[in-house]
Amino acid sequence: MTINGWLQITFFIVLVALCAKPLGTFMAIVMEGRRNFLSPVLGPLERLLYRLCGVKLDATGQPEDQNWTRYAAALLAFSGFSALLLYAMQRLQIWLPFNPRAFSQNNVSPDLAFNTSVSFVSNTNWQSYVPETTLSYFVQMAGLTVHNFLSAAAGLGVAVAMVRGFSRHSASGIGNFWADLTRATIYILMPLSIISALFLCSQGVIQNLNQYTAAHTLEGTTQLIAQGPVASQEAIKMLGTNGGGFFNANSAHPFENPTPLTNMFQTFLIFLIPGALTYTFGKMVRDTRQGWALFATMTLLWFGGVLAAYHFEQKGTPMLAKAGIETSATLNETAGSQAGGNMEGKETRFGIADSALFATVTTDASCGAINSWHDSYTPLGGLVPLFNIELGEVVFGGVGSGLYGMLMFAILAVFIAGLMVGRTPEYLGKKIEQKEVKMAMLAMLVLAASVLFFAAGSAVADFAKAGYWNPPGPAAANINNPGAHGFSEILYAYASATGNNGSAFAGLNANTPWYNMTLGIAMLAGRFLMLLPLLAIAGSLAAKKQIPVSAGTFPTHGPLFVGLLAGVVIIVGALTYFPALSLGPIVEHLMQ
Amino acid sequence: MLSELKPAILITFVFTLLTGILYPLAITGAAQALFHAKANGSLIERNGKVIGSALIGQNFAKPEYFHPRPSAAGNGYDAANSGGTNLGPTNSALADRLTKDAVAFRADNAFSGAIPADAITTSASGLDPEVSPATAYAQVGRVAAARKISPDAVRAIVSAHIESRDLGFLGEPRVNVLKLNLALDGKALDGK
Repeated sequence: MTINGWLQITFFIVLVALCAKPLGTFMAIVMEGRRNFLSPVLGPLERLLYRLCGVKLDATGQPEDQNWTRYAAALLAFSGFSALLLYAMQRLQIWLPFNPRAFSQNNVSPDLAFNTSVSFVSNTNWQSYVPETTLSYFVQMAGLTVHNFLSAAAGLGVAVAMVRGFSRHSASGIGNFWADLTRATIYILMPLSIISALFLCSQGVIQNLNQYTAAHTLEGTTQLIAQGPVASQEAIKMLGTNGGGFFNANSAHPFENPTPLTNMFQTFLIFLIPGALTYTFGKMVRDTRQGWALFATMTLLWFGGVLAAYHFEQKGTPMLAKAGIETSATLNETAGSQAGGNMEGKETRFGIADSALFATVTTDASCGAINSWHDSYTPLGGLVPLFNIELGEVVFGGVGSGLYGMLMFAILAVFIAGLMVGRTPEYLGKKIEQKEVKMAMLAMLVLAASVLFFAAGSAVADFAKAGYWNPPGPAAANINNPGAHGFSEILYAYASATGNNGSAFAGLNANTPWYNMTLGIAMLAGRFLMLLPLLAIAGSLAAKKQIPVSAGTFPTHGPLFVGLLAGVVIIVGALTYFPALSLGPIVEHLMQ
Repeated sequence: MLSELKPAILITFVFTLLTGILYPLAITGAAQALFHAKANGSLIERNGKVIGSALIGQNFAKPEYFHPRPSAAGNGYDAANSGGTNLGPTNSALADRLTKDAVAFRADNAFSGAIPADAITTSASGLDPEVSPATAYAQVGRVAAARKISPDAVRAIVSAHIESRDLGFLGEPRVNVLKLNLALDGKALDGK
């Protein structure tokens, strides 16, 4: 590990912290429907959208308040219909415009189209396919880019709805889904994406609708260079913690992420909104210390991950040492510097520090973009992204999903604290009772069940005869690496799908009907079976009375709570997944 | 749920138009106007023909050129099929490849020290346009011999092509292989 590496890592987190207050304040104003500096321009657009789409307004002209079941129904109706539309676009792409390359002679197969559709609607952006050989520009723009915006906006809406559960009292409603979706998209995601996309273009990210370019190389061969409208998707891909690359190599591709500067910018974009949302939360519950406590907990867990990933990737493996590769970094430029460490599957311009930081951040959040292949990481270096996902992606987490996931853990943490002292637990002036704890546990168990059940299923499933579902033989034969690492590939796939992350130990060939369908189901379970119990909690909390702070109230803004919350996250994750992890990365580490 | 179906359908279409058509087309228009060369792939032309992109690696196998990292994109540097090997850290296929490539690297370059970490490992994109300064310097002897010029002259060209860290601290120092080889051929980049 180098001083320069740590300088970059420190720079990154300071940048995220500095933006939390200004952006967090702005988001609170927007999501509460108050006037802000963009209202003169976007206010009329917002009202026009409500009129066009038939959103019901109340007597004051604001979208009417919905109780939690109606909020959830709106979310499900929207996700369901937009998933159908995206499915249709892929199945019909050869008859649609902007299809400049003949590769899209083929429509996408039904199982792959289902997987991709669910993947983008659930903010997962898992990709079973190679984009540059599979999808037309039209599907990438009008299909995928749209969901990069809307799945993030929906997540943000749910998080804010959950915060309203705490900030309101004796109320029946938790907000209006259509208003949350619209405001998050046009006031927050769209302006930030426009600025980010133009910045990325200025640094070399491509943005065109050209045919692929045939280049005549110096050694006399022809190189076909993929093109496309990349920057516009790249910006929202990072900002909305989506992670679905325009190209197969994702943010490792030089056209998506050409320089270390764009790389730092993209890493920063992943944490920008989730970091600021902790401040929005504090602002909305009228105690910003509560938000900073969550921010501190997240930073603590993030730091543990980046420390481990950086350490193990720089250390390299016995295999690299045996081949005679220099694994410590050489710093002197004029004498010939090099990054050292495990550079298999990593880019020269990013080296070890930027790759390890990106891998940690993209899995802390539910982003899933990659700038290096996690599959080629050292066993324990690769354990970090896998474990991050299994913790539930609450370390800053996805746009919205990170905050509501962390609030779920906060409910459990105060519950456990309440058990220890024998008092009815409270959080932010609301009594945490049977219903809240049950729902929080339900959300958590669904995630664990989906990951472990499907991973175990794929590890043992056997397709004896050639058939539709998978090539003949065991489903585990789709792995790219033998032994314990192969099991890690399967475990990672279902963790990533359930956690709505979308990154992969990408050696696994997941583009078969068996994997496409089961991973699709895991994504649906991970998104919606988590959202619904949490919206139920929001509804139940909003209806409760606010109880005043007393001497017996457990303070949830101090270091004690930060430690307790971080402890609960780690312990729940470790207890749930330790057996599976010990069969994968841990045994691989011991065997190498 | 049925009462929410109408806004669900309408909002999907409206936002598809807004974020899926208008937004990317507006960015395309702005990027083409403001950053024309970059938005089209930082292409390098010679004698009116596109010979590659400054951002995309291409294959070099001849001894008189500097070689890039091994590539797993298609059959090697296939810029319409990016990707890595995804070989794991205990996979014997990776061990065999590294051992073989290490022997070849040492033989090609009459090189005896520890091999730079990027020299025989594949990149993530398979299109990595750059190598570390150490990997470039290790090839100086071979290139100089093949071109029958002094190693010092080649070394000077390499030194001139080292790109330092962005803003002084971001990323790693690196050498763009295509630009370096073009400079060796003594042909200036014409404008692009």
